[in-house]
Amino acid sequence: MKPILEAIDVRKAYANHVALSGVSLEIPEGSIFGLLGPNGAGKTSLIRIITQITGADEGEIRFRGERLNPSHAAQIGYLPEERGLYKKMKVGEQLLYLAQLRGLSRSDATARIKQWLNRFDIKEWAGKNVEDLSKGMQQKVQFIATVLHDPKLIILDEPFSGFDPINANLIKDEILELRNQGATIIFSTHRMESVEEMCDNIALINRSRKVLDGPIGVIRNQFKTNTYEVEGTGHPVLSSPDFEVVEQKKRENDHFYLRVQLQDGVRPNDLLRYLIGSVGIEVEAFREKIPSINEIFIRRVGETMPETLLETANALL
Amino acid sequence: MASKFLLIAQREYLSRVRKKAFIVLTLAVPLLLAGFGFVIAKMASSDNDTTDVIEVRDDSGLNVASHLVSTAQLRFETTTGTLADAKKGFQKAKHDGLVYLPAGLDVEKPVGVQFFGKGNISLKKQSAVESALNKAFSDLKMQKSGLTQDQLDRLRSKVDLQAVSLDETGKEANSNALATSGMSYALALAIYMFIFIYGVQIMRGVGEEKSSRIMEVMLSSVKPFDLMMGKIVGIAAVGLTQFLLWGVLSFGVSSVVMPLLTGKDKPKTEVAAGTSAAGATAVVVADDDEPRSAGAQFDRSVDKQTAQASNPAGRFSFFNILAELPLGTILFGFIIYFLGGYLLYGALFGAVGAAVDDQTDTQQFMFPITMPLILSYIVGVSVILRNPDGPVAFWMSMFPLTSPIAMVIRLPFGVPMWQLGLSIFLLILGFLGTVWVAARIYRVGILMYGKKVTYKELGKWMFYKG
Repeated sequence: MKPILEAIDVRKAYANHVALSGVSLEIPEGSIFGLLGPNGAGKTSLIRIITQITGADEGEIRFRGERLNPSHAAQIGYLPEERGLYKKMKVGEQLLYLAQLRGLSRSDATARIKQWLNRFDIKEWAGKNVEDLSKGMQQKVQFIATVLHDPKLIILDEPFSGFDPINANLIKDEILELRNQGATIIFSTHRMESVEEMCDNIALINRSRKVLDGPIGVIRNQFKTNTYEVEGTGHPVLSSPDFEVVEQKKRENDHFYLRVQLQDGVRPNDLLRYLIGSVGIEVEAFREKIPSINEIFIRRVGETMPETLLETANALL
Repeated sequence: MASKFLLIAQREYLSRVRKKAFIVLTLAVPLLLAGFGFVIAKMASSDNDTTDVIEVRDDSGLNVASHLVSTAQLRFETTTGTLADAKKGFQKAKHDGLVYLPAGLDVEKPVGVQFFGKGNISLKKQSAVESALNKAFSDLKMQKSGLTQDQLDRLRSKVDLQAVSLDETGKEANSNALATSGMSYALALAIYMFIFIYGVQIMRGVGEEKSSRIMEVMLSSVKPFDLMMGKIVGIAAVGLTQFLLWGVLSFGVSSVVMPLLTGKDKPKTEVAAGTSAAGATAVVVADDDEPRSAGAQFDRSVDKQTAQASNPAGRFSFFNILAELPLGTILFGFIIYFLGGYLLYGALFGAVGAAVDDQTDTQQFMFPITMPLILSYIVGVSVILRNPDGPVAFWMSMFPLTSPIAMVIRLPFGVPMWQLGLSIFLLILGFLGTVWVAARIYRVGILMYGKKVTYKELGKWMFYKG
């Protein structure tokens, strides 16, 4: 699909460190895109460039093929990690103000605010000051403010922080609904389970560089290590050099669990045949072990993290 | 873009104007001012009505007491007995003071005269007694040199100084230093207060936005410059609304309530408005040889005008003087310097608000901003008011950080056109310069958290790229 947003060789440096160097990305329209990376990797810098809070030193951002410019702000919604609203302003007025700043007309904004407040079941809060709301309630208001102007590209920085599980689920459903309606979502988070669950594509940024990107299924396949999981009964002994037992567990009633890595050129059928041929072994389950995004994340970040980074990290803290 | 700027200014305006504090303050200040003016007027008039009785204990043998002339404000009474008795006596008699002239006083060099009073002796009372004594001694000296009392009386004349200033074309214009100074003072005070009150509001507003962390949301919709200028303009509108309401309400209160309270049918014209809105700047035609306090001036001027009607042969009236001031230039200049000064300082206050995390950290950055402001006010009312064409006045009215106050002080005295033009030009340059600097500090500062900012740091921010 045609990308809604392209980053081409983006570089951004601050006084004493480089935040982004040579980052290129393509974000397909209508997808949920996970932007991953450890703290301080450059995610927020990239987001601030896309939201035009700052500009890139070098490189270019294109929105639907056009060079990013202030007129695109109306089509972008942004939920920053540091949430904030005018505390002494009423919820309704606040939403109206923010929507108007995003280019919505007063009447359009009013109608949509009503609709969203109903949807989140908080319409009786419209006349309350923001500071009188609970934290979760403020988060909902902020989420509404992000999507009120019906943006084509929605950038959510840690969208689930501050929500209880019930409301987190509500937000998750809203995000999926928005995607189904055609919006593209960039989603920056550390919570890998939500990435796996929701994202179509991911990019991993570490130490100011993109280290990985692509569709989530492709990436997970890329990181396959030819490892298989077997469950069954009996006492398996794998003496062939073709197979390396990574993990073995004994369970009650003679049950076992095995995680086996196959040597290059060895096929899963070889392992299966070997096991079936062993005496007293009954195979009940056999599946390929596909690495989770979390595993990939830790592996990739570990690979690209030299020891000096630890020192830098300590210095920054 | 323009509509976003307006939206921001509108929000800043409405969110403040609708606050209870704003409404209360707007209503309370004119009432307080009116009350204050009323009390001063009362005190001043009672001050003039009462006569201070001063006892005189004369041991000098020079008969000084007979030369002390009693006036409406001061009556001298001779007393006898010991000094200790006299000291107790005047207090018991509820008199206001005691002058003691010791024995062996030298007419040529009268040293050792003492004045006892109840509690603290006011400067006004002391100077009145002093001048009465001075007169008495000069009489004595003149008598000693052989003049008769009759000759003395004829010698003493009451001079009424009529100041006339010549303009460049040589045309005569009635000038009254007090009227002009009063106007200068009022204009300077208005600008000073406006910049201070609303400048600090800008700083607070930015600080609140920063601490509520809404900046990131805002900045993804609008440019930092629009955000800053929207706030500055919105708050200026709040200030203008407040000043306007104060003016109108004060005028109303003064013209309706004051005559009722004082029970006098005072002319309810500019004088009334002058006391309140401009902040106690009643102007008088001074024809007495006695200095008066500011409070007394107000009451006098009103009396004078009432007197004027029945006495058309009177001297200059307040209105004549007002009419002869370069009002057009003053108004034009005032608006320029009022707005220019506010915008210039407002941008700086905004930058300070953006630079710090914590309101309590603002002090170190406030100082360089408030210093030229306070300095121009203090120097303005002390030096420039006295010498509006001197070098201090000239240079301060050219420098953009001090010119808003320094120049309006000079305006009523008349300023050469080229100086006014140059000063306004420099003010505009200064305004553009400070806004440029402030916008850069603002742009970086509003997203900077948890960092103790130094001046060096601020310097670096100016050269950060977008």
